[in-house]
Amino acid sequence: MKTGREILLTAIVGFIFMFALPLLLSHYTLTVLTAFAILALSLGFVWGYGGILCFGQAAFYGLGGYAFAVAAINTQMPWLGFLAAILIPAIVAALLGAMMFYGRLSDVYMAVVTLVFTLILFKFMNTTAGEAYRIGSARLGGYNGIPGFPTLTKPWNPTDYLYNESLYYFAFLLLIALYLIVRLILKSPFGRALVGIRENELRAELMGYDVRLLKTVAFTIGGAIAGIAGCIFANWAEIITPNMFSLGQSSEIIIWTIVGGAGTLAGPIIGAGVLGYLKIALGENSGLNNFFIMGIVLIAAVLFLPRGIFPTVQSLLSRVSLGRPRQRISRRRRSRAG
Amino acid sequence: MPGNAVVETQGLSVHFGGVAALDRVSVAIAEKELRCLIGPNGAGKSTFFKCLTGQLKPSEGTVQIRGEDTTGWNPHEIARLGVGIKTQVPSVMNGLTARENIWLAAKRRNTARQADRIVAETLDRLKLGEFAGTEVVRLAHGQRQLVELGIVLAGKPWLILLDEPAAGLTGEEVQRMVEVIREMNTEASLIIVEHDMHFIRSIAKIVTVFHQGRVLIEAPVETVLADQKVRDVYLGRKG
Ligand SMILES: Nc1ncnc2c1ncn2[C@@H]1O[C@H](COP(=O)(O)OP(=O)(O)O)[C@@H](O)[C@H]1O
Ligand SMILES: [Mg+2]
Repeated sequence: MKTGREILLTAIVGFIFMFALPLLLSHYTLTVLTAFAILALSLGFVWGYGGILCFGQAAFYGLGGYAFAVAAINTQMPWLGFLAAILIPAIVAALLGAMMFYGRLSDVYMAVVTLVFTLILFKFMNTTAGEAYRIGSARLGGYNGIPGFPTLTKPWNPTDYLYNESLYYFAFLLLIALYLIVRLILKSPFGRALVGIRENELRAELMGYDVRLLKTVAFTIGGAIAGIAGCIFANWAEIITPNMFSLGQSSEIIIWTIVGGAGTLAGPIIGAGVLGYLKIALGENSGLNNFFIMGIVLIAAVLFLPRGIFPTVQSLLSRVSLGRPRQRISRRRRSRAG
Repeated sequence: MPGNAVVETQGLSVHFGGVAALDRVSVAIAEKELRCLIGPNGAGKSTFFKCLTGQLKPSEGTVQIRGEDTTGWNPHEIARLGVGIKTQVPSVMNGLTARENIWLAAKRRNTARQADRIVAETLDRLKLGEFAGTEVVRLAHGQRQLVELGIVLAGKPWLILLDEPAAGLTGEEVQRMVEVIREMNTEASLIIVEHDMHFIRSIAKIVTVFHQGRVLIEAPVETVLADQKVRDVYLGRKG
């Protein structure tokens, strides 16, 4: 079957990258880049296919990290933390999404609300330094964040922690799995309706689709995926801080997606990998302001690669290998493939 | 009004600021009726459709569809009753193919396999087969109108609203539109807004004339077209 072949092909490509990348970069670096890639995938889905411009994807990322840490400390069972890192951001996304979509907020207000929501979390988490701010036995720790929580272990051996190499492979397998899940969602009637809503919300309603509900579901899925990214980050850093909710983090996700190619799934993943690496390579304290660099990269991409890295490379490749006429097809595929 | 009305509005009014786009409009449409709605630009015809489909909440008055008070319902809830609309400005999913547009309309009420079958039927019926795989944004105006009609048909509605379906169509396309409309009318009630008098003459039975948000006259087509007030309104003179 067509779908089966596509899954197989995607998995093969994913595995090749998973084993090839460690030849170039350390497992340690690659793990955090994979967390970024999962985060970008979540926005790539919500924005690129759901048409929901969320400036607050960092909120669900941060909630995923905090939910993991708090649950892992309280239960001493990191896999329950993993579950919490999916569920808590998903529930919060469902509530926030329902409020926005059932309240019929316009796109601009939605962007503002999601951004403000993230900033509120950022401000709030920064004020939780006092002893009083604790959930069970986990202190939220204010701007110092939460250090020293139990991290994920191999399911079959609770004393064997996932770190460095094993954490990288776990994260990358998750990335492949999540990519495939999103791909399948987009092939399902729900995903197709979602793209229809992106194209023309009024027409979707006149067809009888409950746009408010479908968008809320899409937003919830995006929140859950961002939460998983936050969980990977927490396991990698072994400490979480309010910076996960910061304005910088929020805007970076959007820049990754634009530069990589909004409207595709592979684009945001590539954008996150490339720009995430650029940021690490330049160093947090190199004197060059990271915001400044990201701004330059964004402007350059918008000017020279308006469709993003991935769609541009994709159409170049198909033009080279199949001649001109394919160009039209690859453009049409933009909304479906990638 | 007869008891078999499938759509009935009572005292329907819509105000935009100081302007009354609709002013106490009471209209009833019977089962399987084909009603034409005419009137000069700005008479309130599209606004009337928007109230029926839930795109606008009326300032006053009520809408009843098959005996249910649907005033204030959401568009998707009204659509699910079996109401389909072709809007004045074609409303299609531009980035998707004609096939995908029609499939999404069919899938709402059917399984994926049934939807595939309905899509094939609809494409065939509207002779859209050769454009099925083309992004709608690339199609000519007349083809886009047909795709939108296909979307409406695929939803299998029993009440169909068409807002200026013949606008911008070639003579041949108008002819196909008339055929399709006659066919639809065997299963559904229709309300059609149209300016093209030739078109009106060839399909209309009862015609309702809107003028400045009110119903000016409602009568069989011959009576309406012979009416002096209607002529004045269309020629722009104040009656
Ligand atoms: N969204 C709106 N805001 C303000 N005025 C509107 C709006 N929609 C329609 N109108 C006004 O309402 C009146 C009726 O418009 P409409 O229903 O589109 O007329 P028709 O379809 O008969 O040409 C016009 O005067 C128009 O300018
Ligand atoms: Mg109109």
